Amino acid sequence: MDYAGLIQILDSALRLSTPLLFACLAGLFSERAGVFDIGLEGKILASAFLSAAMAAYTGNVWLGMFAGILASLMLATIHGMASITFRGNQLISGVAINFLASGLTVVIGEAWFGLGGRTPQLEGAARFGELTLPFADAIRGIPFIGPIYADLLSGHSILVYVALLCVPLTWWILSRTRFGLRLRAVGENPAAVDTAGVSVVGLRFAAVMICGLLCGLAGAYLATALSAGFVKEMSAGRGFIALAALIFAKWRPWHALGATFLFGLLEALGNRFQSLELLGITIPTQFMQALPYILTVVILAGFVGRAIPPRAGGEPYVKER
Amino acid sequence: MTQRPSQGEAPLAIELRGISKAFGPVQANKDISIQVKRGTIHGIIGENGAGKSTLMSILYGFYKADAGEIYIGGRPTPIPDSQAAIDAGIGMVFQHFKLVQPFTVLENVILGAEDGKLLKPSLAKARKLLTDLAREYELDVDPDAVVEDLNVGLQQRVEILKALYREADILILDEPTGVLTPAEADHLFRILKGLRDQGKTIILITHKLREIMEITDTVSVMRRGEMTATVKTAETSPEQLAELMVGRKVLLRVDKTPAQPKETVLEVRGLRVIDDQGVERLRGIDLDIRAGEVLGIAGVSGNGQSELLEVLGGYRKAEGTIRMNGQEIALTGSASDARMRRMQGIAHVPEDRQREGLIMEFRAWENVGFGYHREERFGSGLFMDNTALRTDCEGKMARFDVRPPDPNLAAKSFSGGNQQKIVLAREIERDPDLLLIGQPTRGVDIGAIEFIHKQVVALRDKGKAILLVSVELDEIMALSDRIAVMFDGRIMGERLPSETDANELGLLMAGMTGKPVAAE
Repeated sequence: MDYAGLIQILDSALRLSTPLLFACLAGLFSERAGVFDIGLEGKILASAFLSAAMAAYTGNVWLGMFAGILASLMLATIHGMASITFRGNQLISGVAINFLASGLTVVIGEAWFGLGGRTPQLEGAARFGELTLPFADAIRGIPFIGPIYADLLSGHSILVYVALLCVPLTWWILSRTRFGLRLRAVGENPAAVDTAGVSVVGLRFAAVMICGLLCGLAGAYLATALSAGFVKEMSAGRGFIALAALIFAKWRPWHALGATFLFGLLEALGNRFQSLELLGITIPTQFMQALPYILTVVILAGFVGRAIPPRAGGEPYVKER
Repeated sequence: MTQRPSQGEAPLAIELRGISKAFGPVQANKDISIQVKRGTIHGIIGENGAGKSTLMSILYGFYKADAGEIYIGGRPTPIPDSQAAIDAGIGMVFQHFKLVQPFTVLENVILGAEDGKLLKPSLAKARKLLTDLAREYELDVDPDAVVEDLNVGLQQRVEILKALYREADILILDEPTGVLTPAEADHLFRILKGLRDQGKTIILITHKLREIMEITDTVSVMRRGEMTATVKTAETSPEQLAELMVGRKVLLRVDKTPAQPKETVLEVRGLRVIDDQGVERLRGIDLDIRAGEVLGIAGVSGNGQSELLEVLGGYRKAEGTIRMNGQEIALTGSASDARMRRMQGIAHVPEDRQREGLIMEFRAWENVGFGYHREERFGSGLFMDNTALRTDCEGKMARFDVRPPDPNLAAKSFSGGNQQKIVLAREIERDPDLLLIGQPTRGVDIGAIEFIHKQVVALRDKGKAILLVSVELDEIMALSDRIAVMFDGRIMGERLPSETDANELGLLMAGMTGKPVAAE
């Protein structure tokens, strides 16, 4: 493989890892605050659908994105109500949200557009275009560095850059701000937060809402930037892969960037090398495309060392002496 | 009941008037009124379930009272939540610390009391304040240490620092010495006296009479949700307080004659335990217990005592050898071991009766049958003779004074002391050669303690061997004929109760070797 080919694969990996990164950071906020969320998948799907539908209807991708975020926030509210306010089981609430999104998107899509659950193909201003970074053409000629800037870093939709910026932002919020300290504390020991006179419910809701916002961005990116419209079940397990990446990343923002990029890279490789000859054996396409999912299983089976989740994760906070 | 503070006296830091609180049908606090003077250490003593913690949780805004008023510094101050309590200058050190384990000391101190949206200025301010407080009150803690790496004594200091950082004038401590070594407890008391001398008001909740006598200025006694008396500590005695707590005269000392030890019953050699995390919990334990003696194992909890009991009880894997009546016993930790132990004459009253000793949802008679349900008199083949089990339970309840004596009641419906009596009855009435008994009186009322101690001594006098594990040094000193101190999975030394004192044992419990092993 030549250098240009490598740049191409990395470029594709960056595109494919973006929704994972959004979702992974979404999960990070929620889980660091002690609320497990396996409903990332459902929120991504709902957002993908509504953003594509709105973009198709108005022809404006930004309105589409906000509609997507709204859809995701609504599901986040349901999760918050169920698991924080009513102290329900967080896993069950998450599963319910996934089913809800999976069914509703297709039913409503069919009712609105009659395309078998799809939305119409998005074109022009109804899709996120590619941004060319300044001086991209001028720098392209420089050997080695040039292609990295012009072909790998430049030429993505704005959401890719937003996602990348979210990483240092998340790190900064968690480690340098009052909100971050309290958020981490509520995921480790909510009683400590409660006795310090800070609202556990308020903090957890804030975290779940941030999670909804980021999932909304992931869904909007999926339907209006990476693809040109909504297709049934288009999230394709990304919410779950993001959760695996979150464990792999040990609930840390910078690690999340690395982990999601690895998954994106595997997906890119699977797309690029439909069939691969290695040592005289042909590796079937299906195997290549299954790579991210195989890695997910490996990670979830705990092959990547001990990851310590937030201690109060998954447990509703009940006041006791 | 309420009295207006008379003019000219020291001003009141806190006054509670007619506080009542019910949890469902249980009246935890009944019309409680109390006055706490500024700059004093005020003890609140009472049995478990007397309502001490509930009262203090109301004062800290953790629970809301059904009725009553709170006055802070003479002004009526409603306290709907913890933030209101903090604003009123109240700090609380809970029995179970409310610390964020992976955070540093500094982060824990500022949590909830940060100065602005960014952490940096608060952290700098807290660092300076911590240095000042450390100097002033012997409250030294490394500000950058991660809390989970600190021992409990230091964690407790972090809790006190948290309160002081919030400028608390009134400090409530709920059973603060339960997890401390005697030396750590002494240090804590020095800190508290220092704080009092600076004009702070301290409320100390405890069930230990010794602590009340040692450190408080005034003491209030609670019984069954009511405040029964408030007296000056200097004008009372432990006996009087015990009587006020229980409602009848209580014998605080254990009456026993010198032991008459006979042949060795249990012989432990080179016992090692490595837990699931690969940590060595027992690092070579050698012990002998003879018939007719009580061997007490002292130590701060978490130093291997639990593992020792689990191995002897037959449900933890270990290396080394154990001989019971001369016969080697299996150390595989499999289910058959625990059953074999019973046949070999070992009975076990586990440390945590609610987790290991009883099934809380099950009825008393079912619990009394556990472990012995295979006996012929309780049925044969597939079927159990429930009537026989129930009758057996009734007898045990009568002999061990379990109240209420109803075999059909679920274990969880009994008080701590009566639960313990159920377990004790089951194990002692088996007439074992060796009784393992862990924390026999944890969470048990003074009245029941007296009864349980008598039973243990009676069993010893019948010529049985007893291994007693307790974190209560008073209990170890009172019951044991020999004392072994455990620290970090090792026996630090053996002492005779008559030839040692709390100071020496305290040093051993902290891992410092004192004099060479006492002669038999």
